[in-house]
Amino acid sequence: MWLSRSAGFFVLVALLLALGLLAGLDATRRQSAAETRFAANRALARWFVLTDPCLFTEARYTRHPSQADHHSAFQDYPLALEHFPSGSLVLAPAHVTDLSSRGGDARADPGSGRQ
Amino acid sequence: MTAGLRRHLRIVVYVVGSLCRRWRKNVAVVSVYGLVIFTLASVVFLTQSLTQESLATLRAAPEIMVQRLSTGRHGLTPMGDVATLARIAGVQAAVPRLWAYHTDPAIGEMLLLRVPEGNGPREHEATAGAAVLRRRAIPVGGVLRLQSHAGEPFNLTVAGVAETLTPLESAALVNVSEAAFRTLTGTPAGQATDLVLRVRNRRELSTIATKISESQPAARPIIRDELVRSYTSVFNWRSGVIIAALLVPVLAFILFAWDKAAGLSPDERREIGILKAIGWETADIILLKFYEAVAVSLAAFVLGSGLAVGALALPHPFAVLPALLGWSTLYPPFRPTPALGAYQMATLFFLAVFPYLVATVIPAWRAATTDPDLVMRT
Repeated sequence: MWLSRSAGFFVLVALLLALGLLAGLDATRRQSAAETRFAANRALARWFVLTDPCLFTEARYTRHPSQADHHSAFQDYPLALEHFPSGSLVLAPAHVTDLSSRGGDARADPGSGRQ
Repeated sequence: MTAGLRRHLRIVVYVVGSLCRRWRKNVAVVSVYGLVIFTLASVVFLTQSLTQESLATLRAAPEIMVQRLSTGRHGLTPMGDVATLARIAGVQAAVPRLWAYHTDPAIGEMLLLRVPEGNGPREHEATAGAAVLRRRAIPVGGVLRLQSHAGEPFNLTVAGVAETLTPLESAALVNVSEAAFRTLTGTPAGQATDLVLRVRNRRELSTIATKISESQPAARPIIRDELVRSYTSVFNWRSGVIIAALLVPVLAFILFAWDKAAGLSPDERREIGILKAIGWETADIILLKFYEAVAVSLAAFVLGSGLAVGALALPHPFAVLPALLGWSTLYPPFRPTPALGAYQMATLFFLAVFPYLVATVIPAWRAATTDPDLVMRT
């Protein structure tokens, strides 16, 4: 028996909704399964006193943005523009861009040319 | 006046009237079209400007710089390295440099402190970039207040305006004496920020860099030509990524243009039919639609690229700049010098004008080649 066009449309919508629901359920199941792995990673990070996950391996300041200061990207020569591809994907974190923290940063590392 | 030219002029007069009749539609098309061109042009122009900006600074840089690495970071270089490096065959001289970034505690802006070679400022004096002085409203003879490494206030009398090559230098450069530099940054005596080498033969640069790496594993030679290549490729890469991200609005515009330009409205079809019926030829109608498309796309091109050039004059032009500049947004705001090449303009013109012409002329040709009676009826 052939479905009418409108019935076909509703069947298609119902099918897509069911698939969307299944994808959500699958993600939840995977999430709970991964919790054990996350816990192990957290323990490892605590053990090694790790700072943040390393998403890009090229530049020091994008590798561990939490360890960056606002001079670290420009050390090749005076007034170098930042030039690693990942620099436009990982923008400077708040503790670097925040003006109020700059004074504190300056006292800790007054830009002695060191990264 | 020849008959051919008169025909073109008459068609143009008709086009102006026709554009004015449908001004709402045309203003909408030009605005959206202009916005798309503005976005693309901004990325293209800024990429060019920033590449030129970085290359201008690099052109003044020495051929080879040597830095010390310590725990994976840039460390200070002992003056003793000068003699060791100067002994390498092909090196004419090794010169220590003192430069460092310094955060102004008062306004949180980043400055570049540098001890110039030769005649620098006297101990408690400084020369600064014009933009540095302008932002702080310090006249020549005024006092630049900074903070020493020990946290004490440290005042320098501004003895003059420093000569600068680029807008970024003007926005951040402060020349100081060696004594002031060491007090401000805490760099101990006998140590420098890095060394620059003077080399007679440029073809020996890579050999010299290899020799430095072999003899001093903690040293990092930086060859200027390699930096030039890195800058050119990184800005191209970044603009490519941004344009890829902009593909969605560009595609949306193409759909919009197709709908507005390609799909002739019933009114336009009727108009074509009437023109054919009163004796216009197919070639005249195609010419009419061609002139219409040229007017619309040229207006959008001039509007979009003009706005993009204008926006270059802003200190931090617009949202695309952070993605192009990356972490360089941490510098004080500076206006990149507009650098518009003929190549960039030609590419943009071709991308902007050509597709619109095709999208407009082809459906007009289809409508014009059908029977006028049929066109008017449908």
